[in-house]
Amino acid sequence: MSYLSNIYNGIKTLLTGMSVTGKYFLNARKGAITQQYPDNRATLKMFDRFRGEVIMPHDENNEHACTGCQKCELACPNGTIEIIWDRGIDEVTGKKKKKIDKFVYHLSMCTMCGLCIDACPTDAIKWGQNFENSVYDRTALTRVLNKPGSKVRAGIED
Amino acid sequence: METTVVNNNFKSEEYFINMGPQHPATHGVLRLLLTIDGEIIKKVDPDLGYIHRSIEKMCERDSYQQIVHLTDRMDYLSANINNEAVCLAVENALQLEVTDRIKVIRTIIGELTRIASHCLWWGVMGMDVGALTTYFYGFRDREMINDIFEETCGARLTMNYNVPGGLMFDIHPNFVKRVKDFVAHFKTKIPEYDRLLSNNVIFQKRTMGVGVLSKEDAISFGVSGPVGRASGYSCDVRKHHPYSALDQVTFKEALRTEGDTYARYQVRIQEMWESLSIIEQLIDNIPEGDFRVQTNAVIKLPKGEYYQKVETARGELGVYIISTGTKNPYRLKFRSPGFSNLSVLNHIAVGSKIADLVAIMATLDLVIPDIDR
Ligand code: SF4
Ligand code: SF4
Repeated sequence: MSYLSNIYNGIKTLLTGMSVTGKYFLNARKGAITQQYPDNRATLKMFDRFRGEVIMPHDENNEHACTGCQKCELACPNGTIEIIWDRGIDEVTGKKKKKIDKFVYHLSMCTMCGLCIDACPTDAIKWGQNFENSVYDRTALTRVLNKPGSKVRAGIED
Repeated sequence: METTVVNNNFKSEEYFINMGPQHPATHGVLRLLLTIDGEIIKKVDPDLGYIHRSIEKMCERDSYQQIVHLTDRMDYLSANINNEAVCLAVENALQLEVTDRIKVIRTIIGELTRIASHCLWWGVMGMDVGALTTYFYGFRDREMINDIFEETCGARLTMNYNVPGGLMFDIHPNFVKRVKDFVAHFKTKIPEYDRLLSNNVIFQKRTMGVGVLSKEDAISFGVSGPVGRASGYSCDVRKHHPYSALDQVTFKEALRTEGDTYARYQVRIQEMWESLSIIEQLIDNIPEGDFRVQTNAVIKLPKGEYYQKVETARGELGVYIISTGTKNPYRLKFRSPGFSNLSVLNHIAVGSKIADLVAIMATLDLVIPDIDR
């Protein structure tokens, strides 16, 4: 008797399980969560806070908010950010003044921890939503974030 | 001419095979040296170190803010809870009192992490014993939590959302709604999990009575988390040493006494219910307040030794800091749950079949980077 009831119970639990999968099978379109990436590139919108890469926004006058204070460089755990100084002559005062020359960002080393953005006192850098960062040569992942010829926005003090 | 003598006396002898380091059932780069006799396991020798990144040594180089993001990379399925452990250790050392808002958010995020981890475990557990469908269902539900994290923390796996002194930013305006949606959704899914897998006769035959761990052995091997609780060892840090907002909520500790693979399975299923209930108790009244308490830009812990333990999805994670008063720890040791839980593998797997070993490993729920660090 227990032999037969074992068989009966076995089949019953299998059918119960199959009723779950069967339900999804028949409603396959409703519950689908698969994203058709990359076909949905045009409509794909990442969340605002999504950490894709560090970017430095520039305004229409090609000005950014980075004073070159190096706080982000210090906060970064793995040397992803390098601030290169320019010790040129300030046009206004005629004195020697430290200015930011290059903000070098090695995306290949970045762990997306967000500590640099957290540390920046002037909000000069923020997260970009681009995540398609595959390249054939990793030197292409070393970027200079301040655009050529850009300046610090007036009124931002270091 | 010589004649070949065919030896027909098959004799039974022990031999060893490698399982891993690239084996799907080891869930990462763990190498197991199995001494077997036919199908019967005589000995399991775990060989570690394939993903050792010297995180503890790196911590000695980093500031306390920087250490937090390294813990994401240990037990990546409990990333938020690991972050919380380091932050709590630093805050306790500084005697910094964080606001209620921080505590509640940390607890909600931590329980969501636990559910996400258990969802993944459930899917993989089914897959390991031959039921591929569970994998998709588990990942489908985990996806909702990942979206919550992505919206609020900006990342899906390595969040680095906790900072010493609070949270990196406030929760997203959609957070509460999304969490409520998830809780409602997931409440209908756990019974489905039960119907699909827990009550399945093949699954029960594969897991019941397999890999039995007694309570005494669980304690002497230093096992913690669901593995310990399945053996009747009450070891939930959330219950015995509550941290953050866990003292404001009521929940039951999932306990079983059988100590076999099926009991470990049931403990995790029950933990999902308990985590849901913790989230429900907190989500409606997240207190107002600051999401971050200012700390010095350079955190220096007073000279001394500090220990903080938390309950991750895998068990007890301990953070032990020795500070000499400088901006880096002199030594930082992580007591990771996976390492102690792995140590029991040889003890419970001996005498069972190779296929049982896969089922046992699945309910130990090992995350290899947590073991190697
Ligand atoms: S990005 Fe911000 S923190 Fe970094 S150098 Fe510029 S101003 Fe300083
Ligand atoms: S996100 Fe982290 S790793 Fe990347 S540049 Fe900023 S501080 Fe460095």
